[in-house]
Amino acid sequence: MKLGYYPGCSLKGSSFEYEVSLLEMLKVLGMGIKEIPDWNCCGASTAHSINHNLAIALPARNLAIAEKEGYDSIVAPCAACSNRLKTARHELKTDEALRKKIVNSLEMPYGAGMEVNNMLEFLINVAGKDRIKSKVKKQLKNLKVASYYGCLLVRPPKIMRFDDSEEPVTMDELVALTGAQPVDYSYKTECCGAINSLSKPDVVMALTGKVLYDIKNHGADAVVVACPLCHSNLDVRQREIERKYAEKIGLPVLFITELIGLSFGISPKALAIDGHMVAADKVLKKINEGQ
Amino acid sequence: MARIGVFVCWCGSNIAGTVDVAKVAEEASKIPGVVCAVDYKYMCSDPGQNSLRKMIREQKLTGLVLAACSPHMHENTFRRAAVKEGLNPYFVEIANIREQVSWVHEDKERATQKAIDLTKMMVEKVKKDRPIEDVKVPLTKRALVIGGGIAGIQAALDTANGGVQVILVEKEPSIGGRMIQLDETFPTLDCSSCIMTPKMVEVRQHPNIKLYTYSEIEDISGYIGNFKIKIKKKTRSVLEKDCTGCGECWNACPMHKNVKSEFNADMSERTAIYVPFPQAVPLIPVLDRSACLHYKKGGKCQKCFDACGPKCIDFGLRDEIIEEEVGAIIAATGYDLMDNSLYGEYGYGKYKDVVSGLQFERLLSASGPTEGVIRRPSDGKTPQTIVFIQCVGSRDPEKGVPYCSKVCCMYTAKHAKLFAHKVRDSQSYVFYIDIRATGKGYEEFVRSAMEQDGAVYLRGRVSRIYEDNGKLIVKGADTLSGTQVEIAADMVVLATGVIPKKDSDRLARMLGISYDKYGFFTESHPKLRPTESSTAGIFLAGMAQGPRDIPESVVSGSAAASKVLGLFSKSEYEVEGTIANVNEATCVACFYCQRVCAYHAITGKEIKDRNGNIVKVVANVNPGLCTGCGACVSACFSKSIDVKGFMDDQIYAEIKSLGV
Repeated sequence: MKLGYYPGCSLKGSSFEYEVSLLEMLKVLGMGIKEIPDWNCCGASTAHSINHNLAIALPARNLAIAEKEGYDSIVAPCAACSNRLKTARHELKTDEALRKKIVNSLEMPYGAGMEVNNMLEFLINVAGKDRIKSKVKKQLKNLKVASYYGCLLVRPPKIMRFDDSEEPVTMDELVALTGAQPVDYSYKTECCGAINSLSKPDVVMALTGKVLYDIKNHGADAVVVACPLCHSNLDVRQREIERKYAEKIGLPVLFITELIGLSFGISPKALAIDGHMVAADKVLKKINEGQ
Repeated sequence: MARIGVFVCWCGSNIAGTVDVAKVAEEASKIPGVVCAVDYKYMCSDPGQNSLRKMIREQKLTGLVLAACSPHMHENTFRRAAVKEGLNPYFVEIANIREQVSWVHEDKERATQKAIDLTKMMVEKVKKDRPIEDVKVPLTKRALVIGGGIAGIQAALDTANGGVQVILVEKEPSIGGRMIQLDETFPTLDCSSCIMTPKMVEVRQHPNIKLYTYSEIEDISGYIGNFKIKIKKKTRSVLEKDCTGCGECWNACPMHKNVKSEFNADMSERTAIYVPFPQAVPLIPVLDRSACLHYKKGGKCQKCFDACGPKCIDFGLRDEIIEEEVGAIIAATGYDLMDNSLYGEYGYGKYKDVVSGLQFERLLSASGPTEGVIRRPSDGKTPQTIVFIQCVGSRDPEKGVPYCSKVCCMYTAKHAKLFAHKVRDSQSYVFYIDIRATGKGYEEFVRSAMEQDGAVYLRGRVSRIYEDNGKLIVKGADTLSGTQVEIAADMVVLATGVIPKKDSDRLARMLGISYDKYGFFTESHPKLRPTESSTAGIFLAGMAQGPRDIPESVVSGSAAASKVLGLFSKSEYEVEGTIANVNEATCVACFYCQRVCAYHAITGKEIKDRNGNIVKVVANVNPGLCTGCGACVSACFSKSIDVKGFMDDQIYAEIKSLGV
């Protein structure tokens, strides 16, 4: 099976830990992925608020390359990237006139094919729970982990067609595979404020703050995410939020790939866990105590 | 020699506005065989019909062509007029120059030419018409009502009071349907069971009603006037004639936990041997074998049998199949509610205090799990704040269904009122899309929920419900003030969308009636034949046709009964003579016709010589079932089937008249 990998900008920059941990995890799983050659930006949240055609053409180019390379499916770990790629594919599949127009402007053939997986879909549907379970060496028994889905992973349901868009459970299932205890809480799919982090940080702090305090009140030791922007808001903004609301949070925010990597026995250093703003020392200690 | 009259109708300006009617009449008069051709403003009016009759008499007409509206409208009008003048009714042909010409074209010249062509075709057809006699079908004057809710009960009582024997079949252990689960009813707040139980008892006692409860329809065959029904009477494991309904058995049953009470919408538990509610009709318990220890533990437990005075519990009883014959059927199978768990964001099933409207109804009811005291399921406390959410599943094409469930606006207002009456200083909030309160006294009722009982109505949707410190935090939008609202509630009630009863599509296929994409039975005509199904002799009532409130269900039950009584008022049922006819001499008995017949109207018929030996088998058309659709005609390889009134030579003559 030929798997393509669309990293997007975040995984090469601010969220390099996500890529590092993904590749380490895949080594253990014995799965190879190939980065799509000459990939370009998916347009993220900017393109589609300005120009619809551009917002479709940018991801479509990546899909067209993937199609040409002959991949069976691709994985886009970033929630926004996978969302844009899937949306473009959906629109081009259902609107033949638009497809012709986009293909024309891309000067590349694209038949509106190519399966796109976000990180959760990839882990559940491509890697498979059994395979993941079979590689778990360290049961993360002591750990209580809250899964934060944010808004883009499972929405809109018509395009994503994955999990329950309002009450998702797949990330919790993955957490359970590592031996950790999934923590149920109320704000699983609330928005973290996303890209407003740059223009309206107050809004982001209010939204992210609600999520973090709710997770803390439900007794979690750590949060897992599958989206670089969620990660950055929950992790990088955490200290500021603590200051603003004058209440300590102290919740390490891990990528789902890092949590799985830890359960595979990969060293935290190799997973780049030391790259986060909120130190994960306590969590790592708890894991080791549980062994 | 044919003497044909052509009558061109103006239909006011409906036809005359687009078609030059005088020219159509003039051209028609030139066709050989046409002895008179006239136009008139309204042919269907009394003067119009009189002029037509006068012309038949004076011109000694042998056939008529009406260039007018669709035959669906006035074919019968003109046929009856012809019959009065001694003509066979099938010598009247209609050229549809309204629906097929004037209403769909704009160019007057070309429309007129098309009208002339259509008229010519019908003139050629009427020349080849042969007299056709209507077919008479015998009637078994007994009716079957499927479903013992309010619509079915009303239909059964009205039919039975009209002197007709009724067989009422109900799937559940008791009749009463959904209505008997309700507490009080809008807009008068009269207690549902107070008005329902007298009707249930009347059914039980009625000399003309045979009641089969805990029974299902297994098979239906036959046709109008002559249906054969197989009813599966599921065993109650109780000898019904000896049971007094004393209750010793269910009081003795050790299984009083673990089985959810269907009647209380899963809000309480019942025993394995049980009656769904104290006023059940009949008051005979059912032994639920899936929950009974006797069956689970190899016959060890027989506490109910020991407790039973008349010893009428029999663990070995089996289901019975009962056969009945009826002449008409009323389908009143009712409705179910959508699955609330479609809305993960509302946490139904996850948060105990998020309940459905029907569950809240049971909490309000004196016969419910809390004896009418509103207590929330999680901790039994009486809620002070309740949020009601309307349109959960209804009017939501994304997740639910696009249609309106019709009753939710009203019952939510009722819930808010009853909550205010029962809990002092309480507060209710209602999230709605629109308020639909169109019945008599309905709008006033909703207003009084707001004005007298203080319900706060918020126009908008709820996006999410969380639990926080024993409160349900309801987040929603108030679109009128353009703000987001957050309400800390003790309980949330979802006004869940209405869907057809489970398996109603299976029943529809058994009955051979049509149903829509949701599974609701469809009417023969949505406005003018709202009670008839697409199959003759089968009538519809209640929510099986779509969302309806109690008064409408009662009306539809009575309407269906009146149709049955009307049908049975004649000694025989007359079927139009334009049905399929087999040429037995050329039929080769391949039975391709049988495969294509959607009405199961074709069977085999043995032809015997005078010594009783079978000479051949041929296809035979049941006139009670045949609708004259003509599918068999196209399928027949040996050209042995014709539909009377639509013979090949007539169709060819129509085509030839166009000069092609």
